[in-house]
Amino acid sequence: MLHDRDRIFTNLYGLHSPGLEAARRRGAWDGTKFLLEKGRDWIIDEMKKSGLRGRGGAGFPTGLKWSFMPKASDGRPHYLVVNADESEPGTAKDREIMRHDPHLLVEGCLLASFAMGAHAAYVYIRGEYIAERDALQRAVDEAYEARLIGKDNIHGYPFDLYVHHGAGAYICGEETALIESLEGKKGMPRLKPPFPANMGLYGCPTTVNNVESIAVAGTILRRGAAWFAGLGRPNNTGSKLFSISGHVNRPCNVEEELGITFRELVEKHCGGVRGGFDNLLAVIPGGSSVPLVPAHEIADAHMDFDTLRNLKSGLGTAAVIVMDKSTDVVRAITRLAYFYKHESCGQCTPCREGTGWMWRVLSRMSEGRAQRREIDMLLDVSYQIEGHTICALGDAAAWPVQGLIRHFRHEIEKRIDDYAANPHSEPVRVAAE
Amino acid sequence: MPKIIVDDIEVEVPAEYTLLQAAEMAGAEIPRFCFHERLSIAGNCRMCLVELKGAPKPVASCAYAVRDCRPGPNGEPPVVLTKSPTVKKAREGVMEFLLINHPLDCPICDQGGECDLQDQAMAYGVDTSRFAENKRAVEDKYLGPLVRTSMNRCIHCTRCVRFATEIAGVPDLGTIGRGEDMEITSYLERAMGSELQSCVADLCPVGALLNKPYSFNARPWELTKTESVDVMDAVGSNIRVDSRGREVMRILPRVNELINEEWIHDKTRHIVDGLRRQRLDRPYVRENGKLRPATWNEAFETIAARLRGVAPERVGALVGDLAGAEEIFALKALMDGLGVKNLDARQDGTVLHPAYGRASYIFNPSIIGIEDADAVLIVGANPRIEASLVNVRLRKRWRRSPLPIGLIGENVDLTYPVQHLGAGPDTLADVLSGSHSFAEILRKAERPLVIVGQGALTRPDGLAILAMAARLVREFGGAAEGWNGLAILHTAASRVAALDLGFVPEEGSLTAREMAQAGAVDVLFNLGADEIDVAPGAFVVYQGTHGDRGAHRADVILPSATYTEKTGTYVNTEGRVQLANRAAFPPGEAREDWAILRALSERLGAKLPFDSLMQLRQRLYAAAPHFADIDSIAAGNLAESIDMLAGLGDQPGREPFRGPIEDFYLTNPIARASGIMAECSALAHGAKLEAAE
Repeated sequence: MLHDRDRIFTNLYGLHSPGLEAARRRGAWDGTKFLLEKGRDWIIDEMKKSGLRGRGGAGFPTGLKWSFMPKASDGRPHYLVVNADESEPGTAKDREIMRHDPHLLVEGCLLASFAMGAHAAYVYIRGEYIAERDALQRAVDEAYEARLIGKDNIHGYPFDLYVHHGAGAYICGEETALIESLEGKKGMPRLKPPFPANMGLYGCPTTVNNVESIAVAGTILRRGAAWFAGLGRPNNTGSKLFSISGHVNRPCNVEEELGITFRELVEKHCGGVRGGFDNLLAVIPGGSSVPLVPAHEIADAHMDFDTLRNLKSGLGTAAVIVMDKSTDVVRAITRLAYFYKHESCGQCTPCREGTGWMWRVLSRMSEGRAQRREIDMLLDVSYQIEGHTICALGDAAAWPVQGLIRHFRHEIEKRIDDYAANPHSEPVRVAAE
Repeated sequence: MPKIIVDDIEVEVPAEYTLLQAAEMAGAEIPRFCFHERLSIAGNCRMCLVELKGAPKPVASCAYAVRDCRPGPNGEPPVVLTKSPTVKKAREGVMEFLLINHPLDCPICDQGGECDLQDQAMAYGVDTSRFAENKRAVEDKYLGPLVRTSMNRCIHCTRCVRFATEIAGVPDLGTIGRGEDMEITSYLERAMGSELQSCVADLCPVGALLNKPYSFNARPWELTKTESVDVMDAVGSNIRVDSRGREVMRILPRVNELINEEWIHDKTRHIVDGLRRQRLDRPYVRENGKLRPATWNEAFETIAARLRGVAPERVGALVGDLAGAEEIFALKALMDGLGVKNLDARQDGTVLHPAYGRASYIFNPSIIGIEDADAVLIVGANPRIEASLVNVRLRKRWRRSPLPIGLIGENVDLTYPVQHLGAGPDTLADVLSGSHSFAEILRKAERPLVIVGQGALTRPDGLAILAMAARLVREFGGAAEGWNGLAILHTAASRVAALDLGFVPEEGSLTAREMAQAGAVDVLFNLGADEIDVAPGAFVVYQGTHGDRGAHRADVILPSATYTEKTGTYVNTEGRVQLANRAAFPPGEAREDWAILRALSERLGAKLPFDSLMQLRQRLYAAAPHFADIDSIAAGNLAESIDMLAGLGDQPGREPFRGPIEDFYLTNPIARASGIMAECSALAHGAKLEAAE
């Protein structure tokens, strides 16, 4: 349970102005020069000590990621790229940061860039985020005007920040596809290695971070790594924005301590599950790409990276999608399968061919027009996709299906049996999209 | 060099090697679709997945470098498994995905029998399909008259896209759409604008892009494969001629790293129908102004009768662009026997002459040597259409690291950036005198390459230009130790052999152009020279293959064999001697050229001293020993040639250089007989018209 004094995003709900003056009153840009003067190594060290794990989904330690950047430039410039292409279904946390607390992000960009020797940073904003781009651009303009950033700023570290608008493709949230898109190419993930820290944007060392990871950096450095590390649970420290959607009484974004139990999260902030907690069917705890977790497993589970991984799911972006017992869970996952089929870039074989296959089988299954043996086949197909692709979209497409079969096989079987027992007289629709 | 263990076999490989290369060194076979040695790495088919110990998931071996592998905890070499159950499962999975949307139409697919997917499905496929949904349907695309598409079969390996952008240098192919809706297309439904476009059909691992003219004509297993060389230009691309019975069905490239790597241009590949059409299949004799079919005997009698009493000075002999060294040698021997001195193989009027040494007329640095050049000056040439594979090599060199390339002549698109310095000899003189800025670039270069095309040498002032080029090479260190920077670009396959054999007029004798003048000679032997107009008056004996310009002007026609119908020796522009082999037999009564000349010589009372091709070759090798050295180049002495050339020539004219090739697709009788080439030509001209509007 997070105390108000420990909140980082104090204007998450837009009750105050997002402007520079108001942001300063809330603590942004306070002593930034002092932090910079402590040096690169101190910043990275402090980030490592804070235990901050990347907020973009994979949960990779942020300080460690920053330390992968070359210490000294070999002649090539370094870049920071902020991934604001928040397209994961269910996730809406970066949106609120950019809308209402953009200065935390701008300041974080300066600090992170300084720590990595980058003099330019790019914020790649999702195509659909029009208002957010305007809000962020306003903040950037304000910061330039106040000489907080820019070629010749009061912090004495030349730094430029560019806001770039994407065109609305989910795959461009993958870091290398994002870099490709930023370079003006088709958003298709690159092969790794070389990793962006060696060969990223325009072939230069680049770090790609999530908006939230960057936006919390300023506060962490100001209040100290120990403060942040004191929140949450071991190896899952700090606070985190949760986006709770679905069958709760009051869907919301909320900043909470990592490791809060699901029950507490929902009861406290969302007014409980629709129709009472016993009406809970399942939860997708981390955005559409993680497997769902059935009610009895999630109810008192700690919402953090490690606990959810042990439940064979993941915290992902902490986009908690709550489904009550009125949910047709097979159709729900079918819709997600359609999403991944639609968003697959088409570059590599398993994802290009497999996502469409899974969607087609699932859409039959959601009506019951399938055979029981096809459930195992579907599971097998999902394993053939997982881990065999260039980027993680293949995995992301496979996991929800695996979660469905793992926990709701009986539901699919029932549907198939029902259909077989009561065959429809209507003509069989052909699955040609 | 780092060590790596592949399937229990430890090998030592360079760090920049990929796992795929390392595995091949260790003898493990890795299946692949998207990977191709000469294209950039895409890593998208996922067929080459291998297990790398320590990596969380299988890695694409085509894209993973040995240097990126982590050693074991005690510094053991990284371990790669290519046959483990994980790998097998991964590949079977990928194969299944490739096959679910691939139509099962192998029986009607031209790729059948030489299809990568078919072959690899034998190893990694399963016998039944689990895919119960509808297969994807994709509209076929129009890519021009040479490449047929069947896009349902496409597996999205993007080899064709990478070939077009990287090797051919045209942005004509790309992918649109996303996910399973991704399609390969030219987008505008227009023919590809590359002279190398049909190579995409070779690269396509499945039957999505196919050889259009060859469609539904033959199956690969019923074809006889003959290794040969191409004569459409002077590059001497290595080809494989596939024939069925007595018909040539198709022509494919053959790998030769020194010349064409594994590409050939469209003319090389698609003149196949030209080998069948307009053929001269029996001798003809002109009577009362009309050609009538005749027997060999009649034809020889007519020639002998006409030649009786004609002074040798009133007789001439021409050699065309497609002749092999054997017939040039035989014709020269016959003419020597008759005392004829008016010999010329240079129907385009080029000034190249063996008197200046071999280095004065060959592509001295060799084609692979282009990759060592660090500055290039192209004079009066458009290598893209005069010698497409030389242009590919230049582009390859430029892609590796951009270098300054200057062009004097027509300002043409060579697929890589060039500085257009000027149009004519004036600019060349400026560069030579140092007043042009490009002179500084050439001076700084360690291995400057000067390519001189026939566009600069076939002019009346060609000798002066050749002399200037020679002085230029000397001036800028192009003829230094270990580097021969003077490169003569030929357009005729027979030319270098003819110059080697001295089939040129001596001082005081007539050149080809002079012989073609009215009243210059009484009898003219024309061995396949179709690019020259012989004025009325002379009695012309035409020995050739097609009813083309030469045959129309002829008084006696002796039908002979094309390059696919005889074994012949060809010397390419580098001076490399290569053998062309017989893939089929000449039609009707047509015979091999040397045999015709041998038979004719007996009737003319100057019997040639050989009765078989072997005997002919023995004499040829005795007269010019380097012809025995197949596949290699007898280097000339460049410094000596340059000294000889530098002093020659007077003031050149001011006319801008003009390319020797009017129409890339119609440069010789075989191409002009080809319907496909006519279509390509019309299309190319249409494109030009459209662009001009």
